[in-house]
Amino acid sequence: MKLHRSSGHLTLAIALLALPFIIDALFGHGWVRIADFALLYIMLALGLNIVVGYAGLLDLGYIAFFAVGAYTYALLGSPQFGLHWPMYVVLPLGALIACGFGVLLGAPTLKLRGDYLAIVTLGFGEIIRIFLNNLNAPVNITNGPQGISAIDPLQIGGFSFGSSYDWFGIRVDDVHLHYYLFLGFTLLVIFVSRRLEDSRIGRAWVAIREDEVAASAMGINTRNIKLLAFAMGATFGGISGGLFAGFQGFVSPESFSLMESIMVLCMVVLGGMGNVGGVVLGGVLLVALPELFRNAAGPVQQMLLGKVVVDPESLRMLMFGLALILVMLWRPAGIWPSTQRRREFDADDSVLHQEQETVYDASK
Amino acid sequence: MDIFFQQIINGLVQGSVYALVALGYTMVYGILGLINFAHGEVVMIGAMVALAALQALLAAAIAPVLAVLLSLMAAVAVCMALGYSIERIAYRPLRHAPRLAPLITAIGVSIVLQNLAMMIWGREYHSFTLPFTNTSHHLGGAVMNDVQIVIVIVALLIMVGLMWLVHHTRTGRAMRAVAENPAAATLMGVDINRVISVTFMLGSALAAIAGFMVSANYGIVHYYMGFMLGLKAFTAAVLGGIGNLRGAMLGGVLLGLIESLGAGYIGDITGGFLGSHYQDVFAFFVLIAVLVFRPSGLLGEKLAERA
Repeated sequence: MKLHRSSGHLTLAIALLALPFIIDALFGHGWVRIADFALLYIMLALGLNIVVGYAGLLDLGYIAFFAVGAYTYALLGSPQFGLHWPMYVVLPLGALIACGFGVLLGAPTLKLRGDYLAIVTLGFGEIIRIFLNNLNAPVNITNGPQGISAIDPLQIGGFSFGSSYDWFGIRVDDVHLHYYLFLGFTLLVIFVSRRLEDSRIGRAWVAIREDEVAASAMGINTRNIKLLAFAMGATFGGISGGLFAGFQGFVSPESFSLMESIMVLCMVVLGGMGNVGGVVLGGVLLVALPELFRNAAGPVQQMLLGKVVVDPESLRMLMFGLALILVMLWRPAGIWPSTQRRREFDADDSVLHQEQETVYDASK
Repeated sequence: MDIFFQQIINGLVQGSVYALVALGYTMVYGILGLINFAHGEVVMIGAMVALAALQALLAAAIAPVLAVLLSLMAAVAVCMALGYSIERIAYRPLRHAPRLAPLITAIGVSIVLQNLAMMIWGREYHSFTLPFTNTSHHLGGAVMNDVQIVIVIVALLIMVGLMWLVHHTRTGRAMRAVAENPAAATLMGVDINRVISVTFMLGSALAAIAGFMVSANYGIVHYYMGFMLGLKAFTAAVLGGIGNLRGAMLGGVLLGLIESLGAGYIGDITGGFLGSHYQDVFAFFVLIAVLVFRPSGLLGEKLAERA
């Protein structure tokens, strides 16, 4: 049995390591880049999963922490201020600053419940974006809507993830190198998430999600534990943001719109809140499917109708919206819900009916 | 001082529009405890339909006054049908699902509507001009035009009408009953599904009117206009205390005033460091401050008032 499991892990590890080359061979370079972005999004979604999935705090401005991480990297590693600090200083610093912002936002707002918290976090996300957009005058800090370009690539010592190398006759490009770097970080985030889930803190989060009053009666310091969820989520967002800035070489406020926050939230909810596997699945699906559609929408119309009738870009978004609706109608608890949620969901809802406060409140 | 009065007028006009849209959010929230994220897009669809109808009617040489009224009615009718369908398709099947599920379908509906509008009407800005001369009146040093006066008056009348409907009709009583306790309301013979449908249709009708107003005021219609407007209106609803009708009206007008005064004076306050493009920041800062010090919104505690 044990042997069986470890051989499964080995297969998975080999598959993950070989994946960028397989993708490259089958679909081309562009798709490896998409895989890199998918990993960044998975990191973000896992960070948000701590806040929304474990602790049950609806955060609609999560992308702000991503933005803080990305701009920290961009400001300290680009010609903007002439600073070129190394990655192993800037990345942790970005995570730390994002964590600070998480506490800053969380401290005054965490006594708010449910939808009020949602709107405050949403406002916070917008505030960060508007500041990034406008802090180019009178003192130019963020370069405004133009964003910051020529950001240093991710590099350690003399080794740059932004270059190509020839190893033993195999050409390894920047997209491949970034894939491995991001994979490493993603696995780390998954590991931390899984360990947190089963820890005292993780159980405290779930207790707060299920019933805050009961949790505090059981001796949980709800304020600190909620703040911790915010800070942890923000930290993951900050790391992911720093990696994004280094990978992309360019950041602008446009990348941090409310739509991005919503996208990440969709990954968490669609995949299955509170379940690491589900969140990863949600991230992969929501990055891959729209891309697939972007490439397919034009040619398919050409084939069926003889011409491109509808702009592929808007058709892609239309299909994405429809997919969100249909998947939620088909599986309201997400595609791959955590076992606990599934149990709650299958439970006889006559009991839940009696507890409901509003019509939609049936099962929290 | 002239600038002050001008900003008050601008804020009042914009605030009336926010209030109408916020009422739609707050009625749905009061009954279902659900943020209807697609509501902003309903406003946009209302504006788009009104524009299309207006152009068609004017091209058919219908009298201007009649054309404006008919196009407004067309927008209201389409939006009511839309609101009804949104609830039936995206929310009703999920009534007993986890709380976040209807939020995701709402986002889905919002994306679908936005992109449908983009496919039908394109990405460009359309100009929206009423077939009347829009006279400007000088009040002291400030200027207010006919459209703005009509907006404020109509918004007021609609709000009075809505309060009457909620407090003095059978339907209104049913709405209040469902908001307070859906199970007990069912036992008393209230048809919950009908009440919810009516609520969505009412809210959408207000959204259509608001869409018409905001386009007539700015003279521009765009497929993306619903998003920020919806966000602000929701903010207004929360500011006033979500689920509370008077709160939505108060929150809407206050947000409009705060925004326009903030945008007008933020440069002076900060010595030119921050300019009027921080208008949106101002609105959100006030919102956060209010919620931190008064978490249930300004009028949030009179739960019996919920509709």
